[in-house]
Amino acid sequence: MRKNSLTNYTVIGILVVLAFSLVISGCSPKDGESAASKDAAQVIKNKGSDTMVNLAQAWAEMYVDVSSTASVEVSGGGSGTGVAALINGTVDIANCSRQIKPKELEQATQNTGKVPQEFIVGYDALAVYVHHDTPLDKITIPQLAEIYGEDGTITKWGQLGITHTNCPSDKIIRISRQSNSGTYFYFREALLGKTRDFELGSLDLHGSKDVVEVIGRTPCAIGYSGMGYATSHVKMLEVATAPGEPYYAPNLENVLAKTYPIARPLYMYSLGEPTGEVKAYLDWILSAEGQKIVEKLGFVPLESK
Amino acid sequence: MNILRKKSAPNLPFSETVIELFIRLCGFSCIIFVFGIFFFVFREGAGFLFNGLDLGQFLTSPEWYPTSLNNKRYGTLALILGTFSVTALAMCIAVPFGLGAAIFVSEFCSPKLRETFKIIIELLAAIPSVVWGFIGLTLMNQLIIRVFNAPIGLTMLNGGIMLALMSVPIIVSIAEDALKAVPDSYREAAEALGATRWQVIYRVLLPAAKNGLLAAVLLGAARSIGETMAVLMATGHSVNIPSGPLSWIRTLTATIAAELGEVARGGEHYQVLFIIGVLLFTITFIVNLIADLVIKGIRQE
Repeated sequence: MRKNSLTNYTVIGILVVLAFSLVISGCSPKDGESAASKDAAQVIKNKGSDTMVNLAQAWAEMYVDVSSTASVEVSGGGSGTGVAALINGTVDIANCSRQIKPKELEQATQNTGKVPQEFIVGYDALAVYVHHDTPLDKITIPQLAEIYGEDGTITKWGQLGITHTNCPSDKIIRISRQSNSGTYFYFREALLGKTRDFELGSLDLHGSKDVVEVIGRTPCAIGYSGMGYATSHVKMLEVATAPGEPYYAPNLENVLAKTYPIARPLYMYSLGEPTGEVKAYLDWILSAEGQKIVEKLGFVPLESK
Repeated sequence: MNILRKKSAPNLPFSETVIELFIRLCGFSCIIFVFGIFFFVFREGAGFLFNGLDLGQFLTSPEWYPTSLNNKRYGTLALILGTFSVTALAMCIAVPFGLGAAIFVSEFCSPKLRETFKIIIELLAAIPSVVWGFIGLTLMNQLIIRVFNAPIGLTMLNGGIMLALMSVPIIVSIAEDALKAVPDSYREAAEALGATRWQVIYRVLLPAAKNGLLAAVLLGAARSIGETMAVLMATGHSVNIPSGPLSWIRTLTATIAAELGEVARGGEHYQVLFIIGVLLFTITFIVNLIADLVIKGIRQE
């Protein structure tokens, strides 16, 4: 008896959901028409990467002054969330701090009938930070891998060939990020490839700004964060891909010349070739005015054309 | 509705019936909420708990690699030890201070001073935990580096001090109530026998109020176990088997807070975080149950 009534409820529930979705799908084209006929501002839906959410928000806010015919609605949730929404066709632009995967591209094409188009809208360079008293200016990727990697061999500052007088214990304090942030993933891949994990026991801070803050107060610490977060208490190291290779400082020129090894492009994806308001918005983002905001938020803008 | 009618007086005005029904609903709602929350947390994690999670590894392995690309490991031993060690340290600091303050407020204070103290202690309880965390991250961090010559101040000691400061107000107010509940005749009898003030407290009041004091300590401990934001910011948030007050650690609560935000909904990692929630729920439930039984013990005496 009880089971029966439960299944009844389930059936009713499913019916309600179905009816509701029918109503919504039936209505949406009408809504679109009425909005267009009223000449109201079109809403561009923009979703994805948390690394980019501040940037996307800043663009959206500035765009209010640029265009009277469109407004932009931004939400975060992560690169994966943005791509998932793109596959479902519920957003106009997906923000992604990684490139779209071939499988996702295929799914989106199958599901919506449109091929997602890729736009590189800026670059994010991860700087390796140390306390400003640390007598170290340069580091190589293999050294970083041995500091951060599982069963890594470098645990003392002395092993990097320096005498760190402000750090009596000589122990390297590793500052990292919580294990599911995009920055963590990118740094791990850049250092260790896809097979090795980070060694446990690092201080996993919650936010790019916290990392720099803590390093600025901790002489023994090393950490990574966006290069826009630098303060006077910390120092950014020059990085080389391997011993013997030239070292490059994390700055605009080196990122644009693609010589700085820990930098990644930031992507935006639109469904199909962008048209109308979406095209206008993307064009504005890629324009000098849009790129100025990229630089202002600590990211690296595209080369000026 | 029928049950209500039968129980209330026959010629009760309608408004009173409505009010009674409302109050009844309020009473039952807390039961519904508690079980509802437990059910929800349990349901989210149940799929992986019964199908796929190695419970032995979950409880005994210190390797927490939820986002490894090819070797995911869900061991929470370091997190469990982190939670217990920082709570134990916090209690080591908070219990002497809390009980001492309670004895002072209840037995030595003039009435005027007592009111002032109570207000200030309540003020201490009202400071948001994120503010404590902020103090830990900035002020205590540098203080510990300087005093102990430690490489970094975001340690178990830092988190323990923050938690102690947060649980002291709870311990003081409950312990003070317990001391107040000891009948004055006890004090008078002891003093009549020629006991000094210290002897009255040590030999008469503390034994008489011991259950209430224990309950105060346990509720303070429950507060420490459940605290999230302050320990997330102050302990270093590092998966590490604690080896001393100056080692950096990570707690169960902080792990959930830090990782749930960016985890894929419904995935393994998501479910494991909910299983940690169940584990936490169980731990605090046991602590609260012990506190309740102890308080019940007082009432029966």
